[in-house]
Amino acid sequence: MLRFALFRALSLGLSLVAASLVVFFALEIVPGDPAAAMLGVNAQEDTLAALRAELGLDRGPVARYFDWAGGLLRGDFGISYTYRTPVAQMIADRLWVSLPLALYALALTLLIAFPAGLAAAARRGKGTDLTIMGVTQLGIAVPNFWFAMLLVLAFSITLRWFSAGGFPGWEAGVGPAMKALTLPAIALALPQASILTRVLRSALIETLGQDYIRTARARGLTRRQVLWRHALRNALIPVLTIIGLQFSFLLAGAIIIENVFYLPGLGRLIFQSIGQRDIIVVESVVMLLVFAVILVTFLVDLAYAAVDPRLRRPR
Amino acid sequence: MIGADPQTGTGGAPGGGAAAFAGLWIGAALVGLFVAAALLSFVWTPYDVTRIDVAAKLQGPSAAHWFGTDHFGRDLFSMIMVGARTSLAVALVAVGIGMGVGVPLGLTAAALRGGWLDELIMRANDLVFAFPALLIAVMITAVFGPSAFNAILAIGIFNIPVFARLTRGAALGYWQLDFIRAAQVCGKGRARISVEHVLPNLFNILIVQGTIQFSLGILAEAGLSYVGLGAQPPLPSWGRMLAESQTMFSFAPHLALFPGLSILLAVLGLNLLGDGLRDRLDPRRGLAP
Amino acid sequence: MSSDRTRLAGGTALLVAGLALAQAAFAQRTDIVVGMGLEPPHLDPTTAAAAAIDEVVYANLFEGLTRFAPDGSIQPALAESWDISEDGTVYTFRLHEGVTFHDGSTLDAQDVKFSLDRARSEDSTNAQKGLFAGIEDVTVVDPLTVQITLDQPDGGFLFSMAWGDAVIVAEETADAAKTAPVGTGPFRFENWVQGDRIELVKYPDYWGDPVALDRAVFKFISDSTAAFAAMMAGDVDTFPIFPAPENLAQFEADPRFRVIVGSTEGETILSTNNKQPPFDDPKVRQALAHAIDRQAVIDGAMFGYGTPIGTHFAPHHPAYLDLKATSAHDPDKARALLAEAGYADGFTTTLKLPPPSYARRGGEIIAAQLREVGIETEITNVEWAQWLEQVFRGKDFGLTIVSHTEPMDIGIYANPDYYFQYDNPDFQSLMDALRAEADPEARTALLQQAQTIIAEDFVNGYLFQLAKSGVADARIEGLWENAPTQANDLTGVRWTE
Repeated sequence: MLRFALFRALSLGLSLVAASLVVFFALEIVPGDPAAAMLGVNAQEDTLAALRAELGLDRGPVARYFDWAGGLLRGDFGISYTYRTPVAQMIADRLWVSLPLALYALALTLLIAFPAGLAAAARRGKGTDLTIMGVTQLGIAVPNFWFAMLLVLAFSITLRWFSAGGFPGWEAGVGPAMKALTLPAIALALPQASILTRVLRSALIETLGQDYIRTARARGLTRRQVLWRHALRNALIPVLTIIGLQFSFLLAGAIIIENVFYLPGLGRLIFQSIGQRDIIVVESVVMLLVFAVILVTFLVDLAYAAVDPRLRRPR
Repeated sequence: MIGADPQTGTGGAPGGGAAAFAGLWIGAALVGLFVAAALLSFVWTPYDVTRIDVAAKLQGPSAAHWFGTDHFGRDLFSMIMVGARTSLAVALVAVGIGMGVGVPLGLTAAALRGGWLDELIMRANDLVFAFPALLIAVMITAVFGPSAFNAILAIGIFNIPVFARLTRGAALGYWQLDFIRAAQVCGKGRARISVEHVLPNLFNILIVQGTIQFSLGILAEAGLSYVGLGAQPPLPSWGRMLAESQTMFSFAPHLALFPGLSILLAVLGLNLLGDGLRDRLDPRRGLAP
Repeated sequence: MSSDRTRLAGGTALLVAGLALAQAAFAQRTDIVVGMGLEPPHLDPTTAAAAAIDEVVYANLFEGLTRFAPDGSIQPALAESWDISEDGTVYTFRLHEGVTFHDGSTLDAQDVKFSLDRARSEDSTNAQKGLFAGIEDVTVVDPLTVQITLDQPDGGFLFSMAWGDAVIVAEETADAAKTAPVGTGPFRFENWVQGDRIELVKYPDYWGDPVALDRAVFKFISDSTAAFAAMMAGDVDTFPIFPAPENLAQFEADPRFRVIVGSTEGETILSTNNKQPPFDDPKVRQALAHAIDRQAVIDGAMFGYGTPIGTHFAPHHPAYLDLKATSAHDPDKARALLAEAGYADGFTTTLKLPPPSYARRGGEIIAAQLREVGIETEITNVEWAQWLEQVFRGKDFGLTIVSHTEPMDIGIYANPDYYFQYDNPDFQSLMDALRAEADPEARTALLQQAQTIIAEDFVNGYLFQLAKSGVADARIEGLWENAPTQANDLTGVRWTE
């Protein structure tokens, strides 16, 4: 197990190095000079050169890559070109929006998917199952940003229960902050809950067909007891994998929803920074998100290997 | 949604039999409808979608304009028709890229199982997979500027590891089977076996996965256009129509309703079709009790 | 606060003041939330061009020697008065006494010298370094007097000193101004929640007339739907430049709000690359001009807000000449002109559109209008950074739409290297004559001549003067109606009732 973990950790490290190279050099060729973007139309050539020197942009890309990557290792993300504040601080501030939003959406996803999945599996082929499956088909097909617009129309513009967007900050209190994240979390959770419901249902039905379940049934346990005591526990493994993936997707995939609700999260930061050619911020945020995905995959692999020793061989 | 994990699929249809059958046909009908609208738009639309008539702006649905008009006085129904063309084309080509690159990679990896090339291909796949599609799109458009082509490229790149993994996984199973071993004994090369014997057996699951990826592609295209990274004006696209309507839908809700419903129905149709096809074509699923 | 008040008043005066304050607390709000579409990158107006910086700090937090008044005229600010030498090259400014920075230090002539020298120095990162190019020397005469020597007379020097890029900063705090700005204005910086808002509070020791507001919050909402909802919900008290003109009708219908429509200095034009064929042919440019229906652009892109223009000049300026007839909408004439120029079958060109909706929406309408006369356009939506790189610096474009928001900027047509690359020696000598001319009537004549030349040369497609269309709570007064410069000056703003 330890050898497997070490091997996977090495692979994780190499993936991160490769990702950092891709991210840095892909964005290196982005047209547009950060200095020109900041100084506008009347900037003089000498002024631009002065600013470029101040930002460290007059040095070669390889030197800057090592500065940046070396800094990342030490937890130093550099200084934003436009805001001139440490990138790490900006990312931390945004994470305080994106991370709670992802967790909130994940919690909603689980709250919807588990009862729905269990109910559908328990009454397989019956009306309840058909209804739940029909609703999840819609949930998967609905574009989440459109769903978000409909939520705004209904709950913000018409009913005025929620504000249409924005984030008051955690210093305004947990209540108002959570309230601001509610509609975005619902919009994010609906498609994910639909996917998870279907996965859970399939996994449950599959385990219910296994021999040991039949044995348990033969021992006189009711269908419901079997479902709760045996099937659910065994169905959890594939479900946990999906939940792991969904979490990293919620973190990175909230970009569009953050735009709909103008939440100051990581996604908005990326768009804003690209617009201002604040490339160092874009690079660092992209790396962070990629790191999150790779890390989750790594943890899921480890969890799998812990459960099923056959998987410990290199894939 | 872009973040949806393609490999989870959408699960089998409930109750097998009748419901799955109905789902397949409803899906086929919806997809057929949008394909027909897209094809028809090449030769005929009720109005010219590039013609702007500001005086006729923001009209609700009527006999003259079935879905009403937008803020430039363009006919929404015509725009939905041409938008179907954009959506379907982007998603289709993106799936084509994903299959065209991913399937050969997956076949190669399976044929050389455990070798360094297999490891390299799969690690590279993991790496691409670690980039959420939207991030790929944002990076591509930052470099090359927004366009339908770049949207295709971004969604296509995202599709490559999906097909590579699927192909490798399924092909590995066939390499264990007797008829493949027999071919090997006969002296056929690994490349030839992959193409002649393994690939034909993968058609069914590829068609099923292709349908699912197609529907995800439509959602992805809509999302990218919505944030301005997809097809550029004057070419209509459903996602951009939604983005443009956002400030107006408090007083002109039809602007957001019709493009949104179009995306919903197109994706729903493809998912139903995919599930129905899976129940019929996918050998691994056909065994469900 | 309370100790200040006790010092100020005694006996009955205190009682009266106390009553008045208590009453005011019940009757009137003394805080305001101002909505803005874009968040400033940082808060130092002397090192960046972003309009959003000035929209927060101008006149509120930082002040210069002179300032723009709401009507666009130049007023004294930190300089109480000034003398100009006979030959027009030496300006002697006398500063107000008792002006302090927000850190408590006193403003003196040395700060003025530091600020101006910094802006014109070799390693200056001032976005408008050109404003200071004529300064030859800055001398401190005494702590409240500073003398500026120019290399030649410049009728626009006081105007230059009113820009946000020319505000006075102290040497000790200048470098930290990006995140912790210290100025001399009536508000001091308190807090910045990045991605959401900036908070300013009243500076009690302000040298000038005290402001009515105790607190000002600038809230950044880039999404128009959210901006609409925030106004409707009362989360934001005013949006001086409301991002979606299509929503203004709904505000107008609601008695809680007041829609404020004024003018800006922004001439919105279909900028044309005069060196790129076929636009190097004046006939083609004339055809372009006649193909455009300005009113349709204003109605379709701006929902009717905007004043059509026929040349590059603000209609509210006294020297403005109405030249719209020169380029009236006439598609037949446009087609005929194209045929004469050898493009009977039309041609294809590029149209690069920066982010504002006047450009994105206006671009789609103009593309449709050009198609009517046979000109096909390939639209590319670009970010500002790309626009600067490709269009402004690279001159790689056929057409683009942009609003030239700097006041009195007809002089850009005299620069053959400017991105639209108009090169006309007659116009250039006219501008030289204008610079040397001091007599107002003669200046007007020259300006009108200049407007006529560029209108008749069809340098660019002149579309409309950008309106400043904003919305405010009906109980707020004192907001600027027009925008002579990019600013949200809150010094005169108060709540009524």
